[in-house]
Amino acid sequence: MAIFPPQTRIWWNEPVAKAELVWISVAFLWGLIMFFMMIYWHIYGQQNLSTQVGRIDPAVFEQRTNEFAEKFRIRDEGDTGVPVVRPPPGGDAYMLARTFDWWPVLELEKGKPYKLHISSVDLQHGFSLLPINMNIQVHPGLEHIITITPTEAGTYGVVCNEYCGLGHHQMTGRIYVVEPGQGG
Amino acid sequence: MSTVATESDYIGKLAAKFRTCPATGLKVDLAAERLIKANAVAAVVFLAIGGTFGLLVALTRWPAVHLLSSDMFYLVLTAHGLDVLLLWIIFFEMAILYFASAVILSSRIAAPRWGWVGFALMVVGGLMTNVAVLQGDSSVMFTSYVPLKAQPHFYLGLILFAVGALIGCFIFLGTLVIAKEEKTYEGSIPLVTFGALTACIIAVFTIASGAIILVPTFLWSVGYIANIDTLTYKLVWWAMGHSSQQINVSAHVAVWYLIAAVTVGAKPLSEKVSRTAFLLYIFFLQLASAHHLLVEPGLSSEWKIVNTSYMMYLAVLGSMIHGMTVPGSIEAAQRKSGYTRGVFEWLRKAPWGNPAFAGMFLSLVMFGFLGGITGVILGTEQLNIIMHNTLYVPGHFHATVVTGTTLAFMAVTYLVVPLIFQRQIIWPKLARLQPYLFGFGAAGISLFMMGAGTLGVARRHWDISFADALLPYGYPPMASLMMGLNGLSAILAATGGALYVLITVGSILFGKKVDETNAVASLGPMPKKVVREAVTKYGNAGTWHLPGTYVLVGIFFTTFILYYFVNWKYLSELWPMQ
Amino acid sequence: MAEKPKPESAAAPLERIPFMQRLLDNPFLLLFIGVVVPTVIYILWGVMEITQIPLAK
Repeated sequence: MAIFPPQTRIWWNEPVAKAELVWISVAFLWGLIMFFMMIYWHIYGQQNLSTQVGRIDPAVFEQRTNEFAEKFRIRDEGDTGVPVVRPPPGGDAYMLARTFDWWPVLELEKGKPYKLHISSVDLQHGFSLLPINMNIQVHPGLEHIITITPTEAGTYGVVCNEYCGLGHHQMTGRIYVVEPGQGG
Repeated sequence: MSTVATESDYIGKLAAKFRTCPATGLKVDLAAERLIKANAVAAVVFLAIGGTFGLLVALTRWPAVHLLSSDMFYLVLTAHGLDVLLLWIIFFEMAILYFASAVILSSRIAAPRWGWVGFALMVVGGLMTNVAVLQGDSSVMFTSYVPLKAQPHFYLGLILFAVGALIGCFIFLGTLVIAKEEKTYEGSIPLVTFGALTACIIAVFTIASGAIILVPTFLWSVGYIANIDTLTYKLVWWAMGHSSQQINVSAHVAVWYLIAAVTVGAKPLSEKVSRTAFLLYIFFLQLASAHHLLVEPGLSSEWKIVNTSYMMYLAVLGSMIHGMTVPGSIEAAQRKSGYTRGVFEWLRKAPWGNPAFAGMFLSLVMFGFLGGITGVILGTEQLNIIMHNTLYVPGHFHATVVTGTTLAFMAVTYLVVPLIFQRQIIWPKLARLQPYLFGFGAAGISLFMMGAGTLGVARRHWDISFADALLPYGYPPMASLMMGLNGLSAILAATGGALYVLITVGSILFGKKVDETNAVASLGPMPKKVVREAVTKYGNAGTWHLPGTYVLVGIFFTTFILYYFVNWKYLSELWPMQ
Repeated sequence: MAEKPKPESAAAPLERIPFMQRLLDNPFLLLFIGVVVPTVIYILWGVMEITQIPLAK
């Protein structure tokens, strides 16, 4: 029994049953498949997290986001006072996380790649793009540049999914995706 | 030095008082027994507190009920994590370490006084952190990611608790040394003790990591350190936070083997294979701390892939081995007892009316299917993008920590109460029901949270209707349904949990005394044809025929492969990103 | 460390215990491995990468 010492003095040399060996080999191979699947996806897959990251002073990131919003602002989001910003396709887009909003609202064209810069000016936040359920962690002082290509037009929500204080559940943002040449 | 050591050894040997367990024939050191009792009782107390907080969390996240205010919700959620994830489980693990060393090896326990020092530190630390949270200024969640700041005594309490637990680990190791020197056993330590050793080793790494990060964080909270790097904090914190769950895995696998041995007389199919599986845990299980850093900026894909895969899934291999050898050893034992008809007679006629066995088997199945598979998928570098920080994550770990660890610990309690507290279980009929209530409730919690998570519902979130948000977002109506079902499951699980606390406390206080006449009967119903002496060798290559286990493992493996690739398909539909 | 249990019959010479069994019977060696492996692969490698994050342009 498992609560008594092994019955034989040398248990290491006992033969292992064939069925058990088969299972161990199958499980080992499955592990290798899962391991190489991640590497395969880096080579052939379309969805890999960017490793383009740099340390940045949060104040500098905030200033760049402000400049970006001023330059490409096309309208305000309803009566909220939040600007809707439409960066040129293929260009840089900024989104800033702070307690408790994602700023500004972006308008992107479907099928065009954008270099999205995200960072936080205070705490850690979680960038969760819904309903497609894309989730990326955001740190203060680290600028993360991710190239994304929206595939479908529509209104997307950005929710914070890293707890960031008592107003955490109010922290939201928005991204519009429009057909090329439309919107504005 | 050496003379002093010998002298105190001698005194220790003289001072130790033993009784002989009437059910197992093991010699029980009374000092160890008192420590086991104290730690087990503390564990159950914190389970009762933390479980109540958990119910409040689930009822708040049920949109139709939405019980607590936002401030209270975040406070209670922080306390829930601390009390059950840390205090309940580590206190119980201390009891398991003392049991698996001193009792199973029939040895005296090393330095019992230090055991009490450790226990006192853990109690004081646990209370201090609870007080900090309940005062309301430390709603920083269990993870307390900097620069979110809690009160200094929040961190100090955790540090004291960790030091206490570390003392317990060293007492376990010391007891192994004493048992070997005083030759209380022959050959190698039993498999259950080896599993406990695995847990202890992982615990040492866990606690050391905790100290490395919590001590500077404490100094930061009182103002001695200006700044703590957020990513470094997270990296080292998870070496504690995730590894502490790996202590649980090792401990509850050891408990599975223990319960299988006591209730159906199972013995390991192969010492070599089972111990090698634990060895894979010792080597690689702790690397999985990287599961929490897969969508972080600033760490390379190489680091992520090597760590998140536990070095090519070698620790998962360990779990998949246990997943076969535990049910396999039960099947072999049952077949020895005469349950040989068909593929599944051994399982149908297993002692399902014994809460220890029922809880253990449910724990095994649910941990494998709900916790294990989802854990590997969450821990796949790219797949994590569609799950990170959604409710899928707590869904997953409620399967591992609640249906896996907690249910296994509850199950073993039905043996610990008669064996260590020497009391019979009161209300045996309710006790029979308890693992099912709790197990299915917790499985529901896990499934419905994972369901909500795949719809993108965020974890640790007070209001999924976004009523106060400037730019509200609407989840699909299915999300609310999932959260409602989660609430109902939580009520079911809480009923099972409350029953567990009542039965345990009631039995300790009012249960009938256990003596030679009723010792074995007190362990609950056992399979009828068990002939203990007839458990001859069946662990060798010639005697392996376990068709039921092959079928179970086959179903598990098919589910695993299908669900794994389904998630890759979901990922491929996401916006291209690089 | 690896102390041999007493032989049951003095006639049969004791076979040497295999290396892997001696490893598995040595808790302190296992403790060493279990602490060093994750410290190097997870913590040290990870902290090295964090310190090498470049400044943003």
